[in-house]
Amino acid sequence: MADSIKIRATLKGDVCTVKALIKHEMETGQRKDKKTGQVIPAHFIQEVNCTHNGSNVLNAAWGAAISKNPYLSIEFAGAKKGDKVSLSWVDNKGEKDSTETAIG
Amino acid sequence: MKALLTTATALALLVGAPLAAQASPQQDLKEFREYYMKKFPGVPLNEFSNGVYAIDPVSRVTWEAIEEDFPPYEDDLKKGEKMFKTPFANGKTYGSCFPNGGIGISQNYPYFDAANNTVKTLEQEVNECRVKNGEKPLKANKGDIAAVTAYMVYTSRGNKVNVKVPNDPRALAWYERGKRHFYMKRGQLNLSCANCHKDSSGLYIRAEMLSPALGHTTHFPVFRQAWGDLGTLHRRYGGCNKQVRAKPFPSQSDEYRALEYFHTYMSNGIKVNGPGSRK
Repeated sequence: MADSIKIRATLKGDVCTVKALIKHEMETGQRKDKKTGQVIPAHFIQEVNCTHNGSNVLNAAWGAAISKNPYLSIEFAGAKKGDKVSLSWVDNKGEKDSTETAIG
Repeated sequence: MKALLTTATALALLVGAPLAAQASPQQDLKEFREYYMKKFPGVPLNEFSNGVYAIDPVSRVTWEAIEEDFPPYEDDLKKGEKMFKTPFANGKTYGSCFPNGGIGISQNYPYFDAANNTVKTLEQEVNECRVKNGEKPLKANKGDIAAVTAYMVYTSRGNKVNVKVPNDPRALAWYERGKRHFYMKRGQLNLSCANCHKDSSGLYIRAEMLSPALGHTTHFPVFRQAWGDLGTLHRRYGGCNKQVRAKPFPSQSDEYRALEYFHTYMSNGIKVNGPGSRK
């Protein structure tokens, strides 16, 4: 599941805006399969972390209320062009993915 | 003598006067454009290709944010390009069925096929191309048909919509059929396309602002957030019919192709900007 994250990091002054689109089902665990009547098991991202040059700028605890293919946008100060921004997620099944980009 | 002359002149005028003529497509287009330009002053004609985002600055912000960085149709567009460029089992490609190799032509659709007295849409001709080359036709509304037409439309971005209604009573009949569908009330909710997208454009239906019908078709196929995937114009026609609790027509049926003919003609002169994304 390597490329579930599309990321872009832009700079204005020393404030960096990170935008990401994460491809994930974000299944709530409340829906039922129309054909079998069985509950579709919950499968959603629980943890999202974003780092800037190694230090944490975001720790997010997500739940089932976050929609499918979530879009995330954060801003943080103290950034310079070329700095490394990394985004990673872990879901309730233990699956994970991460990606890195340079501020441009 | 004077009375006789006056009566004669009056009669002559009456006889000479044209019968209440059906407005021509050109006149319809003029009236259509004028209606929306007057209703939404300050919105340039081409801006209407952005639908509700041309008239609602609030929702435009979110739409631009996502379109700018991660257009939701991106993956389908890539898939469509791959499909378009991959030869069929017999070695021929989609390009071999279309003028200019299928590139930059979607602004001419739909068109009146005089030889067969029918209106042809892009999706229809994509499937005809497949069948002609020994492949199965693609299912309507979504998936591969949406992806491959998305690519063809993408190559036509920037081209002004140029649907022609030739001076042929048969073509006019198709156009008029589409026009009739647009203006006819239907369904349990007894609404016509025009009731919402002309009379009430810019107003709210529940929580959504109604888009103007001017520029409606230019961004199809469309990634609609409500669908969670890419879909065709006829898919939306079916959805809209269902929403007023009318029985939808099948995709690519005569009724929807006639509607598409009229509907797209009304966006003549506006640049193609598909595939697009909407709420």
